[in-house]
Amino acid sequence: MSDEANWEDAGAVKRFMFVNRKAPHGTIYALEALEVVLISAAFDQDVSLAFLDDGVHQLRQGQDAKALGMKNFAPTFRALDDYDIDKLYVEAESLAQRGLSAEELIVPVQVVDRERMSALMAEQDVVMSF
Amino acid sequence: MRFAILVNEGPYQHEAADSAYHFAAAALAQGHEVSRVFFYMDGVHNANRLQEPQQDDRNIVRRWSELAEAHGTDLVVCVAAALRRGVKDEILGAGFRISGLGQLVEVGIQADRLVTFGD
Repeated sequence: MSDEANWEDAGAVKRFMFVNRKAPHGTIYALEALEVVLISAAFDQDVSLAFLDDGVHQLRQGQDAKALGMKNFAPTFRALDDYDIDKLYVEAESLAQRGLSAEELIVPVQVVDRERMSALMAEQDVVMSF
Repeated sequence: MRFAILVNEGPYQHEAADSAYHFAAAALAQGHEVSRVFFYMDGVHNANRLQEPQQDDRNIVRRWSELAEAHGTDLVVCVAAALRRGVKDEILGAGFRISGLGQLVEVGIQADRLVTFGD
């Protein structure tokens, strides 16, 4: 992609947080959010992901989207580590409300309570919510 | 202040597409800069110049074109999201261009504030 070639302000590093609030299927939000995350890795920024509300379902193990005729993109979350994206925050309340635990997720995450999540968001330069 | 805007919803279907415009217009009216509006997800449909709303309704694509013309705002449509939805160069309104997601991350770095309008 030619965008990176035009990138001149190479010294700037900002804290980017991508907030995932929607279920993995049903709408395209989760998939297209993940596409932004992958591109952001090319810009050497300080990137983190937050999962809350139905967004926590994006990380569930054992997803099978075949019957929907859709791509199962959940394994891509496992590849984020290769892009040096390793700050994945999951809201404890959202997990609990859905009867889920961190052990049922496809990648290691940091489970944080709502108050801590709020503080993390406040520390960011750029928050993109999907 | 230098603003950038992200629009994730389609025109007429969702008020986010209107709110993004009203925010941009208000910021410009107060002397701020709106350097780039990035259209993503169904937001790419905002760029379609073939829109023909009813006479007494707002014309969303033309409104953006006029804003870009008056203020030099860069209207960027995500190529991946656009291809997926059949939005191509030949149907773009004036002032819009198609480019990559890197343009979104880039403006996130450059702008003082990136404001998202979505569901």
